[in-house]
Amino acid sequence: MRRGVLGTAGVLGFLALLEAAGRIGLIDRDALPYVSVVLVTAVELAADGEFLRHVLITLSACAAGLLIAVAVAVPAGLLLGTVPVVERSARPLVEFLRPIPSVSLIPLAMFLFPDSGDAKTSLIVYTCAWPLLVNTLYGLADVDPLGKDTLRAFGFGPVAVAVRVSLPSAAPFIATGVRIAVGVTLIVAVSVELIAGGDGGIGAYLVQAGSAARTDRVLAATVWAGVLGLAANLLFTAGERRLFRWHHARTGETS
Amino acid sequence: MIARLGWYWMLPVAALTWEFAARAAQAVYFPPPSVIVPRLRELWFSGPAGRLFLTDEAVADLLPSLARLFGGWALAALAGVVLGVALGRSRTLSALVEPLLHFGRSVPPSALLPVFLLLFEIGTPMQVASIVYGVVWPVLINSMDGSRYVDRQYVETGLVFRMGPGARLLRIILPAAAPKIFAGLRLSVSLALIMMVISELYGSTEGIGHRLLEAQSQFDIPAMWAGIVLLGLLGVLLNAGFLAVERLVLRWHHGARA
Repeated sequence: MRRGVLGTAGVLGFLALLEAAGRIGLIDRDALPYVSVVLVTAVELAADGEFLRHVLITLSACAAGLLIAVAVAVPAGLLLGTVPVVERSARPLVEFLRPIPSVSLIPLAMFLFPDSGDAKTSLIVYTCAWPLLVNTLYGLADVDPLGKDTLRAFGFGPVAVAVRVSLPSAAPFIATGVRIAVGVTLIVAVSVELIAGGDGGIGAYLVQAGSAARTDRVLAATVWAGVLGLAANLLFTAGERRLFRWHHARTGETS
Repeated sequence: MIARLGWYWMLPVAALTWEFAARAAQAVYFPPPSVIVPRLRELWFSGPAGRLFLTDEAVADLLPSLARLFGGWALAALAGVVLGVALGRSRTLSALVEPLLHFGRSVPPSALLPVFLLLFEIGTPMQVASIVYGVVWPVLINSMDGSRYVDRQYVETGLVFRMGPGARLLRIILPAAAPKIFAGLRLSVSLALIMMVISELYGSTEGIGHRLLEAQSQFDIPAMWAGIVLLGLLGVLLNAGFLAVERLVLRWHHGARA
């Protein structure tokens, strides 16, 4: 309760401070519009069909990229995590590929996919695949060996063990990977749209508004990008907690 | 260790596979390593020995990129640790700004590039600003968490020994929070590289990212790949370097836990 009041006070105080700094001329008005102006513009944007179309383009690319990444990385992680020989030979490759900043592949993706929407989705897939793969591997390393041995003793084959014990037991870790990946999708999507915005999206909208020197619109769209990121994070955190309550109960996490 | 290194046989095998596959398929966009590596050398590492073999291009592109990377990262690390520890030690302060923090870190840093481009000059100021913004959050939040949950006994022991607030901060709270702070710093190193590249792709007239885009527009595919490989190597080196520093600084911690 007290935290809520203080938090609200913090947000309002911050906004009031910025507004005051603008009004008394501490912040150059030509460089930055008043906070109140930005907020009004943000409200207007929410009803602006053109802006909503851009938001939808970004979000659908994020969703498609994330889904494909899950479909690729989780089975790959399952293969690596259950067959030690494959894991040990692939690990050095993973260690060398993972640190390549995915945005440095934007020029390559623009060559490979003439349609900038496809380039965007493929880069999202590439970037999201890493946290998903790594978290799946973590989860599989954490599987209770007793459970696997029990199933084996009853004559289940390796595939059945992987699907019935390893996968459910690694699921909370995979969910964490998904949550991390969600935050990444938006960053990558906006990055590609800034550089190759042919297909539209929030990034393309920002570039348009920026070149028209509409600072208020640039800031308002950025605010919406932040709201979307925050909403996605809250949604996935809540979903994770709901789906895997048994896991959090077992590991004794209370938060 | 040697047994582990043994598995690195996959790397040369992968490189050779790429080489033969690229030659066989005549893949225009995937030149073989035997084309990329000489181009990489020619572009950046064929200079005079006195300058560590760096070419003029390397001095003009590589060094400013690295300077911004480290400068931005250092600024963000300092700000993140100072603010994070302050917030972690004061419940009122952290309750006051927490919603703002969560919003701030949810804004995709790439979305702020156009904002920074309007606010700062194109070039270094805008790029450093975007690196700092992109990188500060994991450091700040981890420092906050780390310094908030310091074992009460440690702090009370310090009080018993009449340590002043400064000594308690430097000798109890910071060391106790250090493992968490380092976890945040490690995340931020790879983020800094990403922000460096994207800020150079978006608004720059020099730097590795800009060269990458230039190679792309000139259809110089080996040079583009040389840039990607260089950035990949940079990523591996930064990671390894950071881990080495972390291991050195936190040796007491690993020793205490092992």
